[in-house]
Amino acid sequence: MRIGFYICHCGTNIAGTIDAAAVRDFAAELPGVAVSRDYKYMCSDPGQEMIVQDIRDNKLDRLVVAACSPSLHEETFRKAAAKGGMNSFFFQMVNIREHNAWVHEDKAAATQKAKDQVRAAITRVRFHKALEKKSVPVNANVLVVGGGIAGIHAALTLANAGKTVTLVERDSTIGGHMALFDKTFPTLDCAACILTPKMSAVKNHPNITLWTYSEVSKVEGYVGNYKVTVKRKTRYIKEDLCVGCLDCIEACVFKEPKFRDDFNQGLSKRKPVYMSFPQATPKLVTIDPETCIQLKTGKCRKSCAEACDRKAIDFELKDEMKELEVGAIILATGFSAFDPKRHAYYGYGRYPNVYSALEVERLVNASGPTNGEVVLRDGKHPKAIGIIHCVGSRDEHTNKWCSRVCCMYSLKLAHLLKEHTGAEIYDFYIDMRTPGKTYEEFYDRLLQEGVHFIRGRVAEVNDWAMTPEEEGKLVIRVEDTLAGFVRRIPVDMVVLSQGLEARKDAGDVRRLFNIGCGTEGFFQERHPKLAPVSTFADGIFIAGACQGPKDIPDTVAQAGAAAAEALALVDAGHVELEPNTSHVVEEECCGCKSCVPLCPYSAISFDEAKKKASINEVLCKGCGVCAAACPSGSIRQNLFEDEELFGEIEGVLS
Amino acid sequence: MPEKPKVAFYWCASCGGCEEAVVDLAEDILGVVNAVDIVLWPVAMDFKKKDIEARPDKSITVSFINGAIRTTEQEEWVRLLRRKSQFVISFGACANSGGIPGLANQFTREQILKFSYEDSPSVSNEAKTRPQASCQDEGHALSLPTLHNVVRSLDQVIEVEYTLPGCPPTPKLIAGAVTALLSGKLPPKGTVLSPDIALCEECPRKDSKPADLALAEFKRPHSSPIDPEKCLLAQGFTCMGPATRSGCEALCVKGNMPCTGCFGPTSRVRDQGAKYVSSVVSNIVPKDEAGIDAVLAGIPDPIGTFYRYGMPKSILRRKVDLS
Repeated sequence: MRIGFYICHCGTNIAGTIDAAAVRDFAAELPGVAVSRDYKYMCSDPGQEMIVQDIRDNKLDRLVVAACSPSLHEETFRKAAAKGGMNSFFFQMVNIREHNAWVHEDKAAATQKAKDQVRAAITRVRFHKALEKKSVPVNANVLVVGGGIAGIHAALTLANAGKTVTLVERDSTIGGHMALFDKTFPTLDCAACILTPKMSAVKNHPNITLWTYSEVSKVEGYVGNYKVTVKRKTRYIKEDLCVGCLDCIEACVFKEPKFRDDFNQGLSKRKPVYMSFPQATPKLVTIDPETCIQLKTGKCRKSCAEACDRKAIDFELKDEMKELEVGAIILATGFSAFDPKRHAYYGYGRYPNVYSALEVERLVNASGPTNGEVVLRDGKHPKAIGIIHCVGSRDEHTNKWCSRVCCMYSLKLAHLLKEHTGAEIYDFYIDMRTPGKTYEEFYDRLLQEGVHFIRGRVAEVNDWAMTPEEEGKLVIRVEDTLAGFVRRIPVDMVVLSQGLEARKDAGDVRRLFNIGCGTEGFFQERHPKLAPVSTFADGIFIAGACQGPKDIPDTVAQAGAAAAEALALVDAGHVELEPNTSHVVEEECCGCKSCVPLCPYSAISFDEAKKKASINEVLCKGCGVCAAACPSGSIRQNLFEDEELFGEIEGVLS
Repeated sequence: MPEKPKVAFYWCASCGGCEEAVVDLAEDILGVVNAVDIVLWPVAMDFKKKDIEARPDKSITVSFINGAIRTTEQEEWVRLLRRKSQFVISFGACANSGGIPGLANQFTREQILKFSYEDSPSVSNEAKTRPQASCQDEGHALSLPTLHNVVRSLDQVIEVEYTLPGCPPTPKLIAGAVTALLSGKLPPKGTVLSPDIALCEECPRKDSKPADLALAEFKRPHSSPIDPEKCLLAQGFTCMGPATRSGCEALCVKGNMPCTGCFGPTSRVRDQGAKYVSSVVSNIVPKDEAGIDAVLAGIPDPIGTFYRYGMPKSILRRKVDLS
């Protein structure tokens, strides 16, 4: 055996803590090591070329590189090995940066640890076997989950590239949160004007199948070959007949709307048969089974159905399960706005004139419940309005993170409210965060518009008047940290700038698609910098606020990136699978089935004819659970065979 | 007439069950006795150590040695037999992996002696006398073997050619081994003389094992009724079958008792107990710590359950006395 060993300085990242020359000399003396070198940047072209040349000149048959994390450069050195004519998997990488240099200060101890790590890899690499990556064909179709601006943009991008896209949306219409907004920051262009053309483009695109009022219920398969089951909930409307004329709504036995209108955040009422908003896409009505008398009791005169001259209403319709096969999936399932009731001291739900920001988005919206007239729940027009930032953001007790968009949308609402009402606007912020193209300029504009900015976290909103001016008002108590004293500011209306958080069922969605999420519940990207829209499930990408709070420009950019990643995958026509998979050695398997229920990827099945377990290596992600659990040692995992692992352990301990 | 092969049987730290197993060959034993000369068999015949010492090296064709190595005397004997024998067969679980005596490795020698000669409820020994390696009695020098610090398997002391698994090995496996030896049709050195596949393979209840074990509780045979048809593990008994080499034809299971693992692991497994724990515990239903603890409370003696025959050969190996 002729092993080549290389230690990377990574500039001073590694060499600043670890004595690279000492590790190099140590490795040179280990059995089987034919070449041992150190170099400033092993990942650079000269570094790789050194490996290639050494493999050729010194007839190396194993390669060990001590450098950074394998997730960064394993592939780099595998390629160098292959270029030199060695099987890529005769290579082992040692992470002496993240696992060592970056977490230690004692140089002598860190160097000793690096030696132990290196000896482990050099002992292990002898047992490596030649492996080949498997290539499997890729289905060119793409599924996009979520019909907000992220899903819409991703679907259109892919469809324009000629791919067949299915867009699945849980709600009765696409549009997402953006459809609620009147205007968007910082340009104040009309949200509907820029969104609705994209919505109808989705509806009309020949390459897009739009399934609204639908949810993904099952995901099977693997990168390039996913089989997805979608539940298409019935609207009790024959979708191909309904033209969205709304005659049925007019004819409903409820003469007046009586039920909470979710789209308007409960600021108005709707009937059991409804359309969320006039530009809803698809332009179809939906019957709510929770409130419809016919669906609840079966005893209604069904005036809606009579009124429909196209006979589109059918109370006998059932939910349908549809299956589709796709090569890639983009998740764009968005966010939930923080429920301001959780901040009891701001009085939301207790004082009628305390509003959530989303409610105000509807109030100021020209097509909202008041046609854009800002009229309070008590019928009055506000003369003074307080906007409170960071409600459910940057808060130890609720959500620690900054929701990124609230400062900007608060400024936008301040502008719109001032424009609509002429009221005095007080804006309470902790720090004004406006890092975006022309965002700071927008803040400047608001400063000039005469909005009162008060720096301080609001302690409380109450209606306890201490002076005659406070009578009948909401009093905002805050420490003005710039002026240096506690203030009481009486207002007529309070706007709570809700933070963004992961959807309540993000955990279920995560499990359904087998991706990760962080502690705060947002979906986990594969790498925060280098793979921001990829996930640890190959072929599943994420875009928009499901990955973390972000504004519309960033969401659209990310949606485009996710579409491009999906396109790169499905357009390649085939995908290479890592060979670190497990396999059952058939003649050794006793058929005890211990492994079958443990596989998180459902890759293990039990062959009833042979009475043996069997692993679909294409489904296997190489997690190793089955190999560890097989009680008779009859499952082997490539690159993690017992002799390799024991070699590594012995190497690190000897 | 050519000389008959010479055979020795010897026992170390064991219960005598392996000797019974030889006798269990029943009438087959007559064939064996006819075909060979027995030169040592302490349980049945009177030979002295000096008889063996007097033999030329390698003059014994095969020595069957059962029992673990606990005492200095046992070590002396097996080294002697190794020198005199062409083949040594490690016979039964105690010789192979320490067996029940091997469970003593959970304690230090001092703990064992103190308990046995001082603290055990049935002991009356106010002078706290302990066995001595040598003493004088009426002018005679007497000696006793001493205990080693740890119990070892036979192959941790001497080289062995073959291994017969079981507590004890079944007559069928013994007969097979003897036949192979007498006919000269020998498998590669180091072979364990039973199939290298786990017990479920030959278990009559195999088909009743569900695909998803979903263990919600563990039961013990003395306190729960046992369904005679259904997979014992699926019933919640810690049947070691999935982690245990086959060859016994599921004797215990046929007797409606769970496998306790006496045949040891397959050749692929270094630590039978760890493998079994890894497999079975992964199939426990609760996923929260309290729920898992509640289920595991059904296994009051994990080492005695999972390492009943293999403590000295396991990765655990022994208690380390750090005092």
